[in-house]
Amino acid sequence: MKSLVCLKQVPDTETQIKVKPDATGIVTDGIKYVINPYDEYSVEEVLRLKDKFKAGEVMILSVGPDRTTEAIRTALAMGADRGIHVNDESLNQGDPYLIAEALAGASKQVEYDVIFCGHRAIDDDFSEVGAMLAELLQLPQVTLVTKVEVSEDKKTATIERDVEGGRETVEVPLPCVLTSQKGLNEPRYASLPGIMKAKKKPIDQKTAADLGIIAEARSLARNFSMPSERQAGKKYENMEPAEAAKAVVQALRNEAKVI
Amino acid sequence: MSNVMIYGEIKAGKIKKTAFELASEGRRLADELGGSLSAVLMGSQAEQFAPELARYGVDTVYIAEGRELETYNSEYYAQALAHLIGEKKPEIVLIGHSMQGKDLAPRTAAKLGVTAIADCVSFQLEGSTLVGNRPMYAGKCYAQWIAIKSPQIASARPNVLEIAENPKAGTVEKVSFSPDISRSTYVTKDLNLDTSDKVDLTEAEIIVTGGRGMGGSDYSLLEEMAAIFGSRATIGASRASVDAGWRPHSDQVGQTGKTVTPNLYIACGISGSIQHLAGMGSSKVIVAINKDNEAPIFTKADYGIVADLFKVVPEFNKELKALLAE
Repeated sequence: MKSLVCLKQVPDTETQIKVKPDATGIVTDGIKYVINPYDEYSVEEVLRLKDKFKAGEVMILSVGPDRTTEAIRTALAMGADRGIHVNDESLNQGDPYLIAEALAGASKQVEYDVIFCGHRAIDDDFSEVGAMLAELLQLPQVTLVTKVEVSEDKKTATIERDVEGGRETVEVPLPCVLTSQKGLNEPRYASLPGIMKAKKKPIDQKTAADLGIIAEARSLARNFSMPSERQAGKKYENMEPAEAAKAVVQALRNEAKVI
Repeated sequence: MSNVMIYGEIKAGKIKKTAFELASEGRRLADELGGSLSAVLMGSQAEQFAPELARYGVDTVYIAEGRELETYNSEYYAQALAHLIGEKKPEIVLIGHSMQGKDLAPRTAAKLGVTAIADCVSFQLEGSTLVGNRPMYAGKCYAQWIAIKSPQIASARPNVLEIAENPKAGTVEKVSFSPDISRSTYVTKDLNLDTSDKVDLTEAEIIVTGGRGMGGSDYSLLEEMAAIFGSRATIGASRASVDAGWRPHSDQVGQTGKTVTPNLYIACGISGSIQHLAGMGSSKVIVAINKDNEAPIFTKADYGIVADLFKVVPEFNKELKALLAE
């Protein structure tokens, strides 16, 4: 089973985001970067697939600046075999289509049975790259997957996916693009021997030119701002539970007018 | 002339409320542009919804029909939508950022060689350029996004845009569409929908959420509260309760779960991690019930009750029941 995981390095969820004074983006100083949490599910799932088929290769593909190597290295320490790092300043414009193009370009240079993406990156929250990549490669997509069963002949997969208010089971031919959702698995931690081994695993460096891409963004972001600060409202302390409950229910009706 | 098109999502034989939100917003944008507003619906059962769309300002309803369009499928729906966009040439296309929208919008956009500006909470026009205001980092900051290439496709967060009636003709035009079936796709084997009227977190008007303070998987007190509110309310959970296995992952609110914007958010036994606060901070009204006076959730709450939730919630439910029964 040959699997390709598209991985993004994002600020840790603990990060307190601050906007630059000129509103062109966020302040990146001091940010701790991690693997996008949904991409960790992808890495775990393909490692399990490789175990199941007792053969194959797990490739990690990421587009990003120099620091992205750390995220790829972490995935290699979890057990992936090799990395592909598309490192080209012209691609780092935050445009989902451009990233999908770069991922598609790099995907075309390798062999795979399946591609996994996170269903969403927790930094820009677009939820688009997986589906765009599938379209650019002319492959089927199944988004928000929570269970994956690949047939013995590796020609199809039976997938469970989240839909609003329920779950859908679909059958999809391979190769395809799947986007991981929470619930898929419990990602492993990198072991110490894994970390040592990862240092020697190869990471190919690619530029936009290597992939035949002219970096033309389809979208741009501007006027970054902080959310309007919520003021703490009324606090009901040292009251009988019944009294406090009554006061709040009344306020929701008469003051906030939401019930 | 710059026209606007919306995609109306139909699920389980019903049109989603988001379609009316998009229609209302689409009307506003079309009027400002001096153009018309169309809607796209898929499937042979869609025509019944045309009058409702007309009520919210849709001039023309295109109904794409074809054997492959009877149930949702990302590839065939994206082909049909991209075809209609190519044919009718709207300058702006709006889609709901629902689970289906997240599946459909990027695939459609990629077919047309553009990025869809996803999950916008408001829109404005600069000339004929659509500016989408969208939260990033689960709402820790916001930015204005612009699509550089035409058509300008954007998706809107459900439950945020205002619905406004503005009756128009809603002329129905059927378009028969045969997708290119050489493009392989998936086949739905089983669709297991919760048959109750339970709304999804992202679309609920009222959310009752339980965190670590629930102490276990017994959420009956919160379920009772949600039941008193009726079908517009649903249950949410913090990451702590999901990771403890008390609630399904689909209930999780926060940066690694769902970002929600209900009218009323009632947080029970939730301390308020930065990830959780990001995911629910734009709720219109927030109530917090927690025995820890120092819990960060109180800095965001409009109404905070510092007390044991197991003592307060039963009283709250009693009051609520009496009030809503009036």
